[in-house]
Amino acid sequence: MNKLIAKNINVWYGDNHALKDVSMVIEPNQVTSLIGPSGCGKSTFLRLFNRMNDYIDNFKLGGEILINDQNIYDPSVNTEELRKKVGMVFQKPNPFPSSIYENVAFGLRIQGMKKKSQIDEIVESSLRKAVLWDEVKDSLKKSAYSLSGGQQQRLCIARTLAVEPEIILMDEPASALDPISTSKLENLITELKKNYTIVIVTHNMQQAGRVSDMTAFFFMGSLIEYDTTRTMFLKPQHLQTQNYITGRFG
Amino acid sequence: MPKPKEKLIVSALALSGWLTIFTTVGILFILIFESSQFFREVGIWEFLTGTQWTPLFSKKEYGILPLLTATLLTSVIALLVALPIGLSIAIYLNEYANRKFRRAIKPMLEVLASVPTVVYGFFALTIITPFLQSFIPGLSGFNSISPGIVMGIMIIPMISSLSEDALFAVPKSLRDASYGMGATRFQTVFRVLIPSASSGIIVSVILAISRAIGETMIVAIAAGQQPRFTLNPMVPVETITTYIVQVSLGDVPRDSMEYRSIFAAGIVLFIITFVMNNVSLWLKRRYHRQYE
Amino acid sequence: MNRKMNITRKNRLKDKAFKYIGLLSTFVGLVALAVFVFIILQTGLPRLSWDFITSLPSRFPERAGIYTALIGTLWMLVLTIIFSVTLGVSAGIYLEEYSKKGLLSRLLEINISNLVGVPSVIYGILGLAFFNRYLSLGGSLLAGSLTLSLLIIPVIVVTTRESLKAVPRTIKEAAYALGATKWQTISRQLLPAASGSIVTGVILALARAIGEAAPLIVVGALSFVPFTPRTPMDDYTLLPIQIFNWTSRPQPEFQINASAGIIVLLFITFLMNGISIYLRNKWQKKVKW
Repeated sequence: MNKLIAKNINVWYGDNHALKDVSMVIEPNQVTSLIGPSGCGKSTFLRLFNRMNDYIDNFKLGGEILINDQNIYDPSVNTEELRKKVGMVFQKPNPFPSSIYENVAFGLRIQGMKKKSQIDEIVESSLRKAVLWDEVKDSLKKSAYSLSGGQQQRLCIARTLAVEPEIILMDEPASALDPISTSKLENLITELKKNYTIVIVTHNMQQAGRVSDMTAFFFMGSLIEYDTTRTMFLKPQHLQTQNYITGRFG
Repeated sequence: MPKPKEKLIVSALALSGWLTIFTTVGILFILIFESSQFFREVGIWEFLTGTQWTPLFSKKEYGILPLLTATLLTSVIALLVALPIGLSIAIYLNEYANRKFRRAIKPMLEVLASVPTVVYGFFALTIITPFLQSFIPGLSGFNSISPGIVMGIMIIPMISSLSEDALFAVPKSLRDASYGMGATRFQTVFRVLIPSASSGIIVSVILAISRAIGETMIVAIAAGQQPRFTLNPMVPVETITTYIVQVSLGDVPRDSMEYRSIFAAGIVLFIITFVMNNVSLWLKRRYHRQYE
Repeated sequence: MNRKMNITRKNRLKDKAFKYIGLLSTFVGLVALAVFVFIILQTGLPRLSWDFITSLPSRFPERAGIYTALIGTLWMLVLTIIFSVTLGVSAGIYLEEYSKKGLLSRLLEINISNLVGVPSVIYGILGLAFFNRYLSLGGSLLAGSLTLSLLIIPVIVVTTRESLKAVPRTIKEAAYALGATKWQTISRQLLPAASGSIVTGVILALARAIGEAAPLIVVGALSFVPFTPRTPMDDYTLLPIQIFNWTSRPQPEFQINASAGIIVLLFITFLMNGISIYLRNKWQKKVKW
């Protein structure tokens, strides 16, 4: 169920070989962290799972990405359907320039949902799941830009949850947030993993340690090491991993 | 998802995109096709070198030179007005004025370009010409100077804003180097900034002239409608654009030489502005690359 | 030492002198325009009355009004909005979001920059041959508004593209990530986000178009129409053409009429410019990405 499998993945941007022969199995209902120094390919790897790299010029892929045993790069795959199943939260909160309500409702409307009561219901439940409801329930018509950065990011999560994905990709979701918002977000992630498979890219070692079950370390386009977070932090097999985790470089 | 519907929408968008190509093709086709019938009766050499333009007289002559010189004369007068003023504005706003002033004044300058050209024409005819006549005794009621001056006022914002962009694009390091050697602002401007921004300034000049050459109503109202092969700015003349309007105002039968002659005049106008626009586009691309 | 001081002082003086030249240049055009407008108001205002606005044209200057021209201008505005906005915005979306980067899109781009620079009277010639004669639309409002639309479509295309480009990429990514198709992303997020700036540009383009006389004279607008148009197939005249017509009459009374007409035309143009500036400021304040 919702197992993500990457088979011999190679990615090029023009001449730049961004990912080198990466193979990895990501287990369902767990939080998996992707860590590594800037430019190591972890974000590129994350964006393979909802095909967000497709929009980059000169993007070339070798290998397969399987979700539920289906190769998502097969020409028969509908990317819109895929992205409903695989949600994404971005590095910087990127709410739409519309109301809080409309932000969450967008995903429903584009699927053709019209009934107001139904939309109302899902908007509320999504905002509740994202632990934002109590803070915004009286101001749903207000612009999403009136929220703080942390609230905006939780709104983006609520927006993602509204289309009922099975998998959520998070690309450094806390990098633009203050410590209090970050801790709220981390609690939320721990809460969400009961129902969703979560893959998160992070720069912050402590964060990876706190939220994730599995951790993968990338370096210069290669997957160096992939194990339970506990093992990665306590007994890494590779010296590079150890150096990175203890903060000796990166 | 309603994929077929989306495909239909994209085709409609693509068609609109292609419409812009059809417009150009249409202009070229019509100018060439309609004027080819004109050139069957009038030799190209005669057309390009003749100094008499009398298609509306009984003795018809089709020499474009009188219209061409009038067009260039009014445009050059406009440039003589607009270039020093526009360039001074660009320098002043870029180097001397503070940001607040700049932000307030730029939309106001744009107003100069938004006044309808018939209005400018009226100004030239009823205000500028009588004013000039008060101290230039030989000045005719229709002449090149007044419309030239007014067109100059109209294209000031074009020169000032394009030149300002060019001055702004000069790297700060060059400016700092000049100030670092003890140069005043004036010296920095004239010895460092203007030479470095020269291609951008030339672009603004070419575009402004091209705009003046294509301008119609100001000259139609204030320069007169008498084709005359002269560079004397005090007498009535007729520009290419005025001729086109003059013929259009009359009821011209479709297959007459008068009707075809406006396409011949049009093709000359089109070629001149087309060349100027493309030279300026080419220069612009080049100087953008220079600083990237 | 003394000579050196002198040079420095001279340089300072030049510097200061230029500051005043610059300031003078900045205002010379505006002052000239202000003087023009003042004189126009002085001559035209006394003539301006409800009667003047609602009277039909006439051989007698004191009876002539701008009613047919004003209604013609309004018709022209509405038809031109319909054609130019649908086609121009669509073309802008296509060029910015759909056309593949390559030789073809390069060609489309160069073509647009060229069309922007084509003199308006040439568009008139195109309209005369194509709409008026080939399509037999004659000197109708339809032929005129189609011609005027072709004239401002390149400007609207450029505005649309720039407005779309200004919408942050992250908005697009967010919509795609929620499973929106390309068109849904464009129509429901990018266009609404860019609409403020597109509307501003369109109004500015229309303000220019509404003052145009030359291309419409060429395409067959009349300078004397004793009735108001009822359908797009009717003959028409326009405010700028009416003004042009009065300007070219010898009697001084018609010059006064022209002044009064100019006041109305300038009012419309400045109003449209003002609206677009107001919208731009409002929109810039609202959006802060």
